[in-house]
Amino acid sequence: MTDPVQDPVRFIDERTAGAALLRRGLRYLFPDHWSFLLGEVALYSFIVLIGTGIYLALFFDPSTAKTVYHGPYTPLDGQTMSAAFKSVVDISFAYKAGLLIRQTHHWAADVFVASMVIHLTRVFFTGAFRKPRELTWIIGLLMLFTAFLEGYLGYSLVDDLLSGMGLAIGYGVGLSIPVIGGPMTLSLFGAPFPGKPELWSRMYIAHVLLIPILLAVLITIHLALVMARHHTQFRQSRRHTERRIVGVPLFPGQTPRSLALVFFVAAVLFLLGGLVQINPIWQWGPFEPWLGTNGAQPDWYLGWLIGALRLMPSFDLTIGHFTLVPNPFWGGALFPLVVLGLLAAFPWIERRLTGDRTTHNLLDRPRDAPNRTAFGVAFLTWVFLIFAFGAADRIFVLLGLSYNTQLYIFRIGIWVVPLALFFGVRRVCRELQTSDRIEEVREQAEHEAEEDRGAVAGAPAQPAG
Amino acid sequence: MSYRKRLRFMSLRARILAVATVFALGAVAIAQAQPQSGIVRPTTEPSNPSAQLGAQLFAGNCSSCHGISGSGIASPRPGAGGIPGAGPPLQRVGASAPDFYLRTGYMPLASIHDQPAPDRVLFSDNEIRSLVAYVASLGPGPAIPHPAPASGSLSDGLHLFTEHCAGCHQGLARGGFVTGALVPPLQGVTATEIAEAVRIGPYLMPRFSQKQISDSQLNSIIRYVLWTRHPSDRGGWGIGNLGPIPEGLVTWWIALPLLVVACVLLGKRFGR
Repeated sequence: MTDPVQDPVRFIDERTAGAALLRRGLRYLFPDHWSFLLGEVALYSFIVLIGTGIYLALFFDPSTAKTVYHGPYTPLDGQTMSAAFKSVVDISFAYKAGLLIRQTHHWAADVFVASMVIHLTRVFFTGAFRKPRELTWIIGLLMLFTAFLEGYLGYSLVDDLLSGMGLAIGYGVGLSIPVIGGPMTLSLFGAPFPGKPELWSRMYIAHVLLIPILLAVLITIHLALVMARHHTQFRQSRRHTERRIVGVPLFPGQTPRSLALVFFVAAVLFLLGGLVQINPIWQWGPFEPWLGTNGAQPDWYLGWLIGALRLMPSFDLTIGHFTLVPNPFWGGALFPLVVLGLLAAFPWIERRLTGDRTTHNLLDRPRDAPNRTAFGVAFLTWVFLIFAFGAADRIFVLLGLSYNTQLYIFRIGIWVVPLALFFGVRRVCRELQTSDRIEEVREQAEHEAEEDRGAVAGAPAQPAG
Repeated sequence: MSYRKRLRFMSLRARILAVATVFALGAVAIAQAQPQSGIVRPTTEPSNPSAQLGAQLFAGNCSSCHGISGSGIASPRPGAGGIPGAGPPLQRVGASAPDFYLRTGYMPLASIHDQPAPDRVLFSDNEIRSLVAYVASLGPGPAIPHPAPASGSLSDGLHLFTEHCAGCHQGLARGGFVTGALVPPLQGVTATEIAEAVRIGPYLMPRFSQKQISDSQLNSIIRYVLWTRHPSDRGGWGIGNLGPIPEGLVTWWIALPLLVVACVLLGKRFGR
């Protein structure tokens, strides 16, 4: 007798011995708290990125060969442009669902990085990076910075006015790196800016193959490490301890949640892609090295670097007439390296400062570690203020606060505000801890009082003698 | 907190309030003492534009900076109403420049240290015509241009605008910042004002000659600038046509909150 379900399943199991592994996987316990879903949002954005990216790759032409546009978008009619730019205009105007997919791809990139940042803050402020999860933390940071590069390559490939200006800035920052910067940047670009046509094949293969594979590998390692050392959990009840995991099994408990989240993430991204315009390259027009637009900006996740480049005082490291380190290095290269380095080293820095070398499976609430929380808020504020200054020209146009005034406010503010926040936040955390302790004592006292009352009330009921 | 401490705290607050009040009153008094910056008009103003009315208005409102008969003032010195002025001579500017500066509200300037900015237009149409006629009568100069944007090409306009203008005015003429000046957005300007500005070069803007931008190219540029009021937002909501800044805002203030709310709701166990 043949069974249409059992037989194929047995066939596969007998040849893979996968049943045991699958059973273990399906029984994996997920912590029962919404904040653990933030990382999943990033994962599902990545899946949307891959899906939409494959569709776009069918039509995109990574070539700088010059062509003349004659197509449905009349304001560009008769203009000379690269084949790369033309193919993206065609994706936006000529191919079925091209613009929807392209905009969804771009929104997914913006949301991908944003959800990674939100996920990172959750992990940071709850101390989830502590032993034994430091590697998971490092891999996560690598993914974040790889995603910056992936996004940068993505919008640079289009060869519109903004991407060309972004490449020019990237080229300048690359050249500014001491010793290795010049040869490295020139060999990547093939020639002084705007480089050789080969640059496009290099960026293209990196954007559609190498970096996505790298990201996929990093995601796999990240998730494997999470599973190997298991999720952390909050101390939601007395049953949640360092050694006992309380949660929802992957199947059936977590599966509908995650499926619902996949659909929700895809829905939000496709809705944005259909309703809100992003990177209207037909409005920017094609790039030529002598063209530019005021107020050009990178995508939001590189805005902090533009802010740093603008905020950095004019200072080069020189010996006589020889420039050792030119200015773009500080804001464009050193600053992100410092941010990455500080975050990556943080588990070890904290261990050194607190002397806490034990394993932690239970999460802190932010108030439980006042110094960490205060540092985190100050650090994030520091990066955020530098990021915000990247938009100072637009703030000037909108609010009339002059650019130079903002420059001085920010140059002082990026140090003073985080410092003030550090002490303020630490104070708040400690006050919250105190109120927690008072609450604990009160509850204990009430509990004891209740027991006493019970004992008194129960006394007469006891048989005498 | 003890009663004494609280009392001291209250009195400190009261003191701060008192000092603030004194300062506020002082500011009002200083503001009152400033000369009125309103427009000086002849007591009986004719209803038709005339160079004579223009001359009267000019003497009352412009000569403190631009000198008697538009001869200009080289170094700052107090003019009418004690306002220090340093204005260029207007004897060879023709009708085009005064028409531009007055219709945009760039003139009269409240302070010579201010950048002329699109502002409330303080003169009536009649008065502007009169002033323009008067300034034009001071010497030879270009007349008010009459551009024909309809004869221009949108595609050429986009290209020319990107080449000559977008570096300061932004690709879709949304304005911005350049060292020393605020670059105005151009969605509210008229075809004539654009044609005038290109040939005059107001404030920090360079002046473009016929050699650099021909009249027919200018028509294309004007056609493009007028088009940027309602550019082709094929992708949906244009979010201001400013590029990545509003895109980042949408990411962080629309997409992320929606997704976080979804996480919170999905993280809840219902039916408990």
